Amino acid sequence: MSSPSATAHDNTYGQDDTYLYHHFEDLQQQHESSSLGMWAFLSTEVLFFGGVLGAFAVVQTLYGPAMKAASEHLDPILGAYNTAVLLVSSLAMALAVRASQLRQHRNTVLFLVATIVLGSVFLGVKAYEWIHDYHLELVPGINFNQDRYPGRQILFWSFYFTLTGIHALHMVIGIVIIAIMAVLVQRRWFTGGGATQIEMLGLYWHFVDIVWVFLYPILYLINR
Amino acid sequence: MGYLGADYTVKSWLLTTDHKRIGLLYMISITVFFLLGGAAATLLRLELMTPRGDVFGSPDDYNRSFTIHGVFMVFFFLIPGVPAVLGNFLLPLMIGARDLAFPRLNLMSWYIYMIGGLFTLYALVAGGVDTGWTFYTPYSTMFSNTQVIAAALGIFIVGFSSILTALNFIVTVHTMRAPGMTWLRLPLFIWAHYATSLIIVLGTPVLAITIILVAVERLFKVGIFDPAYGGDPLLFQHLFWFYSHPAVYIMILPSFGVISEIVTAFARKKIFGYSFMAGALLAIAVLGFLVWGHHMFVSSQSMYAGMIFSVLSFLVAVPSGIKVFNWTATLYKGSVSFKTPMLYALGFIGLFTIGGLTGLVLSTMATDVHVHDTYFVVAHFHYIMVGGMVMAYLGGLHFWWPKITGRMYSEFWGALSALTVFIGFNLTFFPQFLLGYIGMPRRYYEYPEEYQVLNVMSTAGASVLAVGYMMPLIYLLISLKVGKIAGPNPWAASGLEWETSSPPPTHNFLDTKIVTSGPYDYELQEFADQQREVQEQGIV
Repeated sequence: MSSPSATAHDNTYGQDDTYLYHHFEDLQQQHESSSLGMWAFLSTEVLFFGGVLGAFAVVQTLYGPAMKAASEHLDPILGAYNTAVLLVSSLAMALAVRASQLRQHRNTVLFLVATIVLGSVFLGVKAYEWIHDYHLELVPGINFNQDRYPGRQILFWSFYFTLTGIHALHMVIGIVIIAIMAVLVQRRWFTGGGATQIEMLGLYWHFVDIVWVFLYPILYLINR
Repeated sequence: MGYLGADYTVKSWLLTTDHKRIGLLYMISITVFFLLGGAAATLLRLELMTPRGDVFGSPDDYNRSFTIHGVFMVFFFLIPGVPAVLGNFLLPLMIGARDLAFPRLNLMSWYIYMIGGLFTLYALVAGGVDTGWTFYTPYSTMFSNTQVIAAALGIFIVGFSSILTALNFIVTVHTMRAPGMTWLRLPLFIWAHYATSLIIVLGTPVLAITIILVAVERLFKVGIFDPAYGGDPLLFQHLFWFYSHPAVYIMILPSFGVISEIVTAFARKKIFGYSFMAGALLAIAVLGFLVWGHHMFVSSQSMYAGMIFSVLSFLVAVPSGIKVFNWTATLYKGSVSFKTPMLYALGFIGLFTIGGLTGLVLSTMATDVHVHDTYFVVAHFHYIMVGGMVMAYLGGLHFWWPKITGRMYSEFWGALSALTVFIGFNLTFFPQFLLGYIGMPRRYYEYPEEYQVLNVMSTAGASVLAVGYMMPLIYLLISLKVGKIAGPNPWAASGLEWETSSPPPTHNFLDTKIVTSGPYDYELQEFADQQREVQEQGIV
């Protein structure tokens, strides 16, 4: 087992956990590995979303007018509101990372909770929009009304629900991990403040935000 | 004492974070999946021995069988094979690291792999899948009444396992090299795994999302690929082949790494053109992403797209040629010893060359139209994927077996298995080139009688091949009990993995290794050996 062993390395770059795993030479190497690993993971995420976005670009090119007609049923104001909420949550996350590096445990927990709250608000608004779409009979496979929305409009909604669905799933996963992390920091589970872990979590959260920053104009605004 | 004897409990294996033990866990599981896929292949070959359908009750059963063969072999054996077993075991050893960067993630990858495998097994037991391993839409999303979703889910999950392993490799190579191990001192095995990992990280997510879209379409009838709902089935092919063409290089690049290590060790000569060999690996990785359209020459894509994909496909021959010519140049004037790993490596070079050259036939649009979806294609990709990956995997397994287990195997049986596999392989798949050329389509279970002679040859070859594959299974296991003790470096090979005991201790090295020269300094070693010999004989 790679049970952590405590070492007395000094800590010059805002690195919190004084735990060095057996297979690393020093803390800096350990920190670099975590951060490179997270970036590599995020590059897979870019390709993951890139696949659907590429498919969407094809459909958009083929059936532009139908896409435009369909996207008019989305409310850009709600979308803009959600974008703002998510960007503020990113700020809260950034502050949590900073606080954990300064080992201000109370502030770390506080900002993590703020991130969770803002993320949940986003998901709430999203759920409201989805319910609204359901009442408009816009959900393919469940109650899509082909007569009301003729032609290829159904394709727009397929992509809309796939993209926003995967994005929401990423947010739910993020919120769960942030909650776990907040509890761990609260209970002083990390010797330092969990700075490396929270920094990586921050990268993930910012990535999810950036995805939304692309989705919002593509889905809500591009046809206006 | 080594990592094998560190602890004997089942728990110590199932909860291990030691990359070497995880490599062995993978070895056992991929062997099981290989046997399952092989059993399906045997049934297919038996069916095709006669022109009439007599082994399977219906064409549907035949379809299910070749799907299971394809899915298990491609996603559960060929793709993870070399990286997950040999890569896991050797990558940290070869760069002088104590473990991979994320040992727990590594263990998790194996569990994810097993869960994916179980899902796919479930699909097999619960009625099978008849779409073929490519899951082409709209057949897979609309018409097929089989367990498409369970199988797709299994592949989706196993994809994550391969992404996590690749991620682990990339980070390990970047951050955990021993002092003095610069990029241009990395063994080619490491370069190969690095290039492969890049492909996995950039390609697999696209397959993952494509599979999700297929599952969503099947469940909710949303119509992204289905023309009945306004979707575009060609879109599926583009997304699918964007991953699945590079997937061929996921299978073959690690094999290149294995072959480079073996050839240089048994020719006792520095590898010819090290930096070009490393560059060729990266070039193939990059070019691999630009050629998916050659799978779609007859799919009504535009002629100009076809021409561009054709030209780009030819380009892959350049770095592949560099590899083959440089292995040949390494052998030239080397003091070659024909031990089992070397026999497998030579077999690899031959089979890969045939596979590569017939690849040119397929990347030429005009000839591709003639042999499209015939047995010519089947023969071609078996030469590359099986002739390539399996030969390299077995060669590597024999080469590093003393390191992994601390024991030597029987050289006689080893050499015999290498020869049997080579003969059996050619007898199985060469007739298929001819079959395809004279027009036998793939995936048919009945055929006109004039094709029978070649099909019987192929089936006969398959039984020889099966014997060849079973032999290592037996004598390698026997070697665990009765094999001679290997010692740290039975081949007198260079490389950090040979500088620790066999089997290595849990943390690989007792001291920190410091690297002062590039890999493969066999000339120096040879020179030192000669000097010693000369001195011992008292000539000077």
